[in-house]
Amino acid sequence: MATTTAIDFRTLVLDQPLPLDSGRELAGVEVAYETFGELAADKSNAVLVFHALTGDQFVAGTNPVTGKPGWWERMVGPGKPIDTNRFHVICANVIGSCLGSTGPASMGPGGKPYAMDFPVITIRDMVRAQMAMLDALGIERLHAVVGGSMGGMQALSCAANFPERTDRVLAIATTARHSAQNIAFHEMGRQAIMADPNWQGGDYYDGEAPTKGLAVARMAAHITYLSEEGLTAKFGRRLQDREAKSFGFDADFQVESYLRYQGISFTDRFDANSYLYITRAMDYFDLAEEHGGLLADAFRGAKDTRFCLVSFDTDWLYTTADMREVVHALNAVAAPVSFVELSAPYGHDSFLLDVPALDRVVEGFLG
Amino acid sequence: MSSLRPDLARIASLVPQGARVLDVGCGSGDLMQVLETERGCDARGIEIDAEEVARAVSRGLSVVQGDANRDLADYPDGAFDVAVLSQTLQTAQRPDWLLDQLLRVGREAFVSFPNFAYWRMRLSLLKDGRMPISRHLPARWYDTANIHHLTIADFREFLAERGVQVKGSWFFAAGREIGGGNANWRAEHAVFRLSR
Repeated sequence: MATTTAIDFRTLVLDQPLPLDSGRELAGVEVAYETFGELAADKSNAVLVFHALTGDQFVAGTNPVTGKPGWWERMVGPGKPIDTNRFHVICANVIGSCLGSTGPASMGPGGKPYAMDFPVITIRDMVRAQMAMLDALGIERLHAVVGGSMGGMQALSCAANFPERTDRVLAIATTARHSAQNIAFHEMGRQAIMADPNWQGGDYYDGEAPTKGLAVARMAAHITYLSEEGLTAKFGRRLQDREAKSFGFDADFQVESYLRYQGISFTDRFDANSYLYITRAMDYFDLAEEHGGLLADAFRGAKDTRFCLVSFDTDWLYTTADMREVVHALNAVAAPVSFVELSAPYGHDSFLLDVPALDRVVEGFLG
Repeated sequence: MSSLRPDLARIASLVPQGARVLDVGCGSGDLMQVLETERGCDARGIEIDAEEVARAVSRGLSVVQGDANRDLADYPDGAFDVAVLSQTLQTAQRPDWLLDQLLRVGREAFVSFPNFAYWRMRLSLLKDGRMPISRHLPARWYDTANIHHLTIADFREFLAERGVQVKGSWFFAAGREIGGGNANWRAEHAVFRLSR
């Protein structure tokens, strides 16, 4: 977390307390956001991009925290499928996160970080905060909302709960409901964090952070983002900088070394408590349950919204079958929906990687 | 409509203005686009090929990737004024089921198909004794998607048996529309307008 504190995030403070699904409310909510491209005089060209679990508002350009390109640099920018020469792209850090928006690491009313006193939030709460941000920015209606993975959940939640705010919804590699398997993987990650002695019931902000637990959580989650085919192609059983197995528990295999690196480097940029809160929000996500048990009812208000849904054939985290349930529900309310399962070797992460067919679909759908 | 295949152009001219249309097997959406821009229709499509769907979506059309043999069951009764099935009936696993579904989700249906009793087909089969390969049916017997070849006479009998009403029929040969006389000999393609 040391690197993030030095960054001066662009934020706005919501002037009203944010009501939450838990029944609690959160006062003085800060939302960190970035914009790319000019807003048209009639404000008709705004596109809101929702980020995924560990994402941030730096969708394009250079991320000042990591010094690396934005997480969707290949999709968002001048002349890119989400063309910032045409669209005013807005991306906000979700509440509960740790990149400038209010989360468990933020100062609570007692003058110390919320930690586990932070209220449990939901995907709908994240969307609510961003709708309040749009109010503050004076943007009533969006040209489109776009998101992959947890970003796609927010896009679907936005369509269900705030259909008057957007003309188009583009949801990629996502689901309308977290499955038992999805919850199971998240719970494993949370338990890894909580089992780290440094976690201290969440009150670690003036001491050592539970980086080992967070790294293990990230390693496990990272496996779910890749396909077996992708892992095999990238690593196979190749050994890491050695000729033979060590007959020990060093990272003999390249795949082990890769995962350890993914785990450790993640702890530099992410707060363990944020990871707990955001994975919880995803586990609680069930759009049908929110709307009386029938997914079609979630979309009754969105029958004039144009939808485009994309899944990937190697994504076993949020599958084509999950997406077809959403298609079915949208057909039931006669909403104009497009759906395509694209072929890509990278598993769930395909939405972030080089899949030219996705570029064409995104560009075409945004019109 | 001149850029459309003749059977599709004929269908486009017959679809009522402003109708809600489902194009089953819509490809990259040529018919849908004409229906939306020239007939003020609200057109939706189903297409099995991902690349075709991607092309249709990139044209701004609403197309769902799926297999009509299965996914048509997901649409509510009477969801559309018109259901279109062009050049797809002969590829269906269960043409009878597919026709029932078309007339369930649509209040009326347009069905077009290649006529296997076209005289060139008959001649080819008689002369060579092999499955005919033509401009419109270019695949060989083992790699063709057309697993249920049919003739105009077969189709009429099939409709009669199922109590489906024929509201109109149109016939095509050599890329243009022809009259209906001796259609089972003379027509390469047929378009039927159907309802329950």
